[in-house]
Amino acid sequence: MSDQKPFIDIRHAQKSFGTLEVLKDISLQVDRGQIVAIIGPSGSGKSTLLRAINDLDPLTGGEVWLEDKQINKTLPHRQYEKHINEVRQEIGMVFQHFNLFPHLKVRENVTLAPKMLKGLSDDDANALAEEQLTKVGMIERIDYYPSQLSGGQKQRVAIARALAMKPKVMLFDEATSALDPELVEEVNLVMKKLAEEHMTMIIVTHEMSFAESVCDRVLFMDQGVVVEEGPPEVIFRNPKSERTQHFLRNHLAAAG
Amino acid sequence: MGLDFSVIPKYLDIVLIGALWTIAITLGAAVVSFFGGIFLAIVALYAPAFVRWPFRVFSFLFLGTPLLLQLFLIYFGLVQIGIDVPAFVAGVVGLGLHFAVYNSELFQTSILAVDKGQTEAARTLGLSRMQALRTVVIPQAVRDVIPPIGNNMIALLKDSALVSVIGVSELTLSAQRAIGSTYRPFEFYVLVAAIYYIINLGMEAVLRRVERRIQASR
Repeated sequence: MSDQKPFIDIRHAQKSFGTLEVLKDISLQVDRGQIVAIIGPSGSGKSTLLRAINDLDPLTGGEVWLEDKQINKTLPHRQYEKHINEVRQEIGMVFQHFNLFPHLKVRENVTLAPKMLKGLSDDDANALAEEQLTKVGMIERIDYYPSQLSGGQKQRVAIARALAMKPKVMLFDEATSALDPELVEEVNLVMKKLAEEHMTMIIVTHEMSFAESVCDRVLFMDQGVVVEEGPPEVIFRNPKSERTQHFLRNHLAAAG
Repeated sequence: MGLDFSVIPKYLDIVLIGALWTIAITLGAAVVSFFGGIFLAIVALYAPAFVRWPFRVFSFLFLGTPLLLQLFLIYFGLVQIGIDVPAFVAGVVGLGLHFAVYNSELFQTSILAVDKGQTEAARTLGLSRMQALRTVVIPQAVRDVIPPIGNNMIALLKDSALVSVIGVSELTLSAQRAIGSTYRPFEFYVLVAAIYYIINLGMEAVLRRVERRIQASR
């Protein structure tokens, strides 16, 4: 790791729901342009950790920093809202279930936030939408409604929607888990393209081969802790921890 | 004394003008009840308690008392405290607020039924709570609730007849005036019933069109 300040810095993240502790003192640094995969069994806290980065699931302890800005600051309500809305514009997020806005066409899904938050004119917003939709290969469907798209197409539009805000980092929360197997690849290709453009990405995933081929680092989480982390070839080929070995074995068996 | 529908043509213009007033009152009150309903729903769900409670009391009063009484109160009562509202306005406001309270219940349910992922997606893009509500949640909530709101609008049309008691010459009151001159209640009441029914059909046709249009965006 370089000696400059990390791009994203999660320090001693702790999260409890009542008496249930889902994140137990997790620290994670991500450099600019790095691509980190978080793997682990369901309930391991990996999505919670990801959602803590943009304060969607606020931590109960610890800090999250993006460059020189602390994201999960304690502020009076109004100031916090202003702060978090600014921070979130810099962090793109893609969800398992796409969460496209069904009442808006593909174009409007992409232009909504840039128009509203950055004051883009209709022309500029349209140009932006066309650019982002071309990038994800969805330009032909620009005037469709989300209900007229397949899952893979929806997810590509969701990626374009997030990219339109020109985020500094992209978070992927099991972006391909809800897709039919034959639709996974088209979304993976888009994510690979982003990787080639050196987008900083944190990816919660069950796609081990994808994680191996794209990511710089892999974290294996279980029961709220990072059990093991390292380069993908080590984690996938030569894991030290027994829990990691066990998880990967089961996963491979399940994947056939 | 048999039935004689030949008296109708002479009074048809009065009745038709009454029908226009009925349509005007219904449309006005429908708009008030629609936007008032959304407003009340947002207050009920998101406003701080000191704002929410006065509105809750207001809603309870509107739900728990007869519409007729509310119209009397707005038209005859408010004058005493210096608020002189024209009968038409009193009718639109009274009818509109009454149904706004009903619509509010529907809107509250449908706002809460919009998938939480929608708000999350909007918030992660950087939209504020109000922006997310306005551009993402409310449009979907409204879309989902159009059929039952439509039923309320049809009830509203029928209840607009009550506005006759504060002297607005809408359909029912025009019929009574025609009957006063002709002593032919059956003929005119049947005529007026037919006109209500036709307006009703028109409203249903509009509603169906709206529903079809929103189907596309599901």
